[in-house]
Amino acid sequence: MEPFQMIGKDVPRNDARAKATGTAAYADDLKLPGMLHGRILRSPLAHARILHIDTSRAEALTGVRCVITGQDIPQVKYGNWRLFPDTQDEYALAVDKVRFIGDEVAAVAAVDKDTAQEALELIDVEYEELPGLFDVESAMAGDAVPIHDHCRNNTSVNRKIAYGDVEKGFAESDYVREDTFRVHAVSHAYLEPCSALAQLDLDGRITLWTSTQVPYIVQCLLASTLEMRENDVRVIKPYVGGGFGGKMELRTWEFCAAFMAKRTGRPVKFTLNREEEFLAGRRRHPMTIHSKVGFKKDGALVAKDLKITLDGGAYNAMGPTATFLCGNFGAMLYRYPNYAFYGRHVYTNKPPASAMRGFGAPQSLYASEIQMNMAAEALGIDPVDIRLKNAQKSGDKIPDVATISSCGFTESIQEVARMSDWKKKRASLGPGRGIGIGCYSFISGGVFNWFNTQYPFSAAEVRAFSDGTVHLLTMASDIGQGSDTALKQILAEELGLRMEDIRITSADTAMTPQADLGSWGSRVTLMAGNAVVDAARKIKERLFGALSARYNLNVIYEMECREGRVQPKGRPDRGMSFGEAVAMVQKASRGEPLVARGSYTPRDKGLVTPAFGFGAQVAEVEVDRQTGLVEVKKMWTAHDCGTVINPKGVEGQLAGSIQMGLGYALSEQFVMEEGRTLNTNFLDYKMPTALDMPPGEVVHVETYEPEGPMGAKECGEGLASPTAPAISDAVYHATGYRCKDLPITPEKILEGMNAGGKKKS
Amino acid sequence: MVLLHIIVNGRGYDLQVGADPHQVDPAHTLAYTLRETLGLTGTKIGCNHGGCGACTVLMDGVPVLSCLTLTVECDGREIVTIEGLSPPEGNDLDPLQRAFMDHGAFQCGFCTPGIILTAKHLLDRNPSPDAETVEEALSGNHCRCISHYQVVQAVLAAAGTEADRDED
Repeated sequence: MEPFQMIGKDVPRNDARAKATGTAAYADDLKLPGMLHGRILRSPLAHARILHIDTSRAEALTGVRCVITGQDIPQVKYGNWRLFPDTQDEYALAVDKVRFIGDEVAAVAAVDKDTAQEALELIDVEYEELPGLFDVESAMAGDAVPIHDHCRNNTSVNRKIAYGDVEKGFAESDYVREDTFRVHAVSHAYLEPCSALAQLDLDGRITLWTSTQVPYIVQCLLASTLEMRENDVRVIKPYVGGGFGGKMELRTWEFCAAFMAKRTGRPVKFTLNREEEFLAGRRRHPMTIHSKVGFKKDGALVAKDLKITLDGGAYNAMGPTATFLCGNFGAMLYRYPNYAFYGRHVYTNKPPASAMRGFGAPQSLYASEIQMNMAAEALGIDPVDIRLKNAQKSGDKIPDVATISSCGFTESIQEVARMSDWKKKRASLGPGRGIGIGCYSFISGGVFNWFNTQYPFSAAEVRAFSDGTVHLLTMASDIGQGSDTALKQILAEELGLRMEDIRITSADTAMTPQADLGSWGSRVTLMAGNAVVDAARKIKERLFGALSARYNLNVIYEMECREGRVQPKGRPDRGMSFGEAVAMVQKASRGEPLVARGSYTPRDKGLVTPAFGFGAQVAEVEVDRQTGLVEVKKMWTAHDCGTVINPKGVEGQLAGSIQMGLGYALSEQFVMEEGRTLNTNFLDYKMPTALDMPPGEVVHVETYEPEGPMGAKECGEGLASPTAPAISDAVYHATGYRCKDLPITPEKILEGMNAGGKKKS
Repeated sequence: MVLLHIIVNGRGYDLQVGADPHQVDPAHTLAYTLRETLGLTGTKIGCNHGGCGACTVLMDGVPVLSCLTLTVECDGREIVTIEGLSPPEGNDLDPLQRAFMDHGAFQCGFCTPGIILTAKHLLDRNPSPDAETVEEALSGNHCRCISHYQVVQAVLAAAGTEADRDED
């Protein structure tokens, strides 16, 4: 393969200057003349019937322009799983019932925020309180009140994956163990609170600027809930201050901004405050994971039976996907010849859980990885060796679910063991010190069409100009991960151009080609990248045709776009500049602009993804045995993301996932009481800071993913998974305390050590 | 009529205190005044309760959380926001801004203005800090995307002490 010109280079990000100078405009930075400010009234009760709402006092307040409740809006339920309408269980504003503390009941638009806030306090809601269900056990009990009337046992989704014969497998195993793990909810904690601004145009159409990962999904669901046509709704994603899965659905404020803009004729903006984000925001699914695994004496896996119950909170949100994926990831990393998974998604009266970085993998893999270590210890095998023995390889299949294409998992384990000096440290670290390993696999975008789109999953349009520049249009959403830059790099590589030759317009549903399902599941590089390559190749064909005609070239010549020129390979003398070639194509078609469309939809790729990323991580910790405080001394990471497109971008993804993994393992949690989130601010929700971040070393295990653009695949989301099990295993190594219920708090460590955890001395 | 005199990014403003739309309400925070009254939206509000550092600006050269600072407290003070960090003429950027761009020291960028201003104050006091000093200085600025690795590198690079990071 020829070396790349642009791929793998640290080109500066597209948005670097805007972000370093404060000129990048996020949704709340936008203002329009006559704009009203919206606020949302939220339920103070976890579960209640709404008997009556009186908005008259609020409406009478000077400066209030519009007050709405669930009775004022089209009663259309929505939810991302459009393919199965039964799963669409939300109204923009509560109709008849509220289901969690923070559920949206009414909205006010007023001339300023303070007036809107004051008006909220003048809305009188009469509730009839119902019993609250705060854990999955009581929600599933036979006599439990249904949280949604259609769902009798509060179990909204169940999914199975099965192959082989697990009972036979366990009978043939030399060693079988069963464990139950509990993992908790954490916040996306993106720095930018959600914000949306809607404007009505003179023809009655809506434009919505919103902090979202999924402009296309918001467009479609907003149209259906407003009872408008899709094309009458335009969604624009401005700069977005992070999402991590928390901004991938239509949300109440987006609907209310648009609905109230229609009602009042004036632009309406809603911006949430941080307390609302923590009180009512989406979060990672808490899960109860029951796992039974069987091994041969030599450490070879024979069977796994996995039962997972997801605490979904009050609505499905992206729960159906998480329910399937946690079962899929239960079968990943290692070869399980016999496997059974049963997952249930259960409603409770808590804020809805949804997609969050890793999408079911961090939970499922925490259990897998810890249990693997427990089994390794019982079998007298080193944790690294038992992983190498069972590691999945390229070509492995999860029957009817997925086939693994490129796979650098074994190399990742070997690299991380080498870098960390694993064998020596595992054998010889002193008292209170420990080293542990965690591994991951993750998807490069989803295959299953739950949104039921009729469009390609990703699309791109390339317009080429005779001045040697191109314009790339794509609905793909850069929410900070740098996809605009990566897509430009891919296009620059394909067309032999420089970054500054490419203008990009992205994530505007009225201006960019239909469609793109959004930024989630690590899908953008592979899927939108492939769409860009597809469009670019169509442009090249036209340019090559023009060049061929101009020089009367033999048809057997291979041609290339390189360094701003179009030329036969090996014959630069017969070439011309990119712009000249574009002009020639245009002349030949009597002025018609040179434009090409490209698209990508995964086909015949099973149920999960076209490509998996893999990796392994080792953590070294020091535990203060007086206080139980854990200090992570160092993290070593080796990962396989296929071809690295932008090294700094990849490193940034990696660093962020370590921070999230660190928080998930050690410090972050929602403190809940009777369905109420008590720690609704950044002072009480303990996110790791600059001082908590351990030094790290990273190795990119480069593979070439045949399905990805230039060989690239998932990066950085999967790494949300291994950090917690690696730290947990290191804490066990240091103290003898084995954590089966996250987070690993000092209290649990001290209690575990006192309860007879083996103390290293 | 009570007037506040505030210098923001080198320009003096005489602001009236009062409850009318164009006036500064005694309850207005500096973050609100900068963003809503003066249109300087480079200052970000991540939490509005002093927990994340995104709203950090310099007051008389010292970082303050503009979401916890009342505008009426700022009479006679000199404020610098991210918009005022680079000299107004030409295309020059502050070395910190240049270093953040070169190091890709952000992803979503929402925390970046606050981090750059906090780092500005650090480098003003201590022109050649080591990595730990930078981490300490930035420990009040949350970042969820890249969590400071490249940020620390960028600050050290701006200070010309990049090699320090490798020593720990």
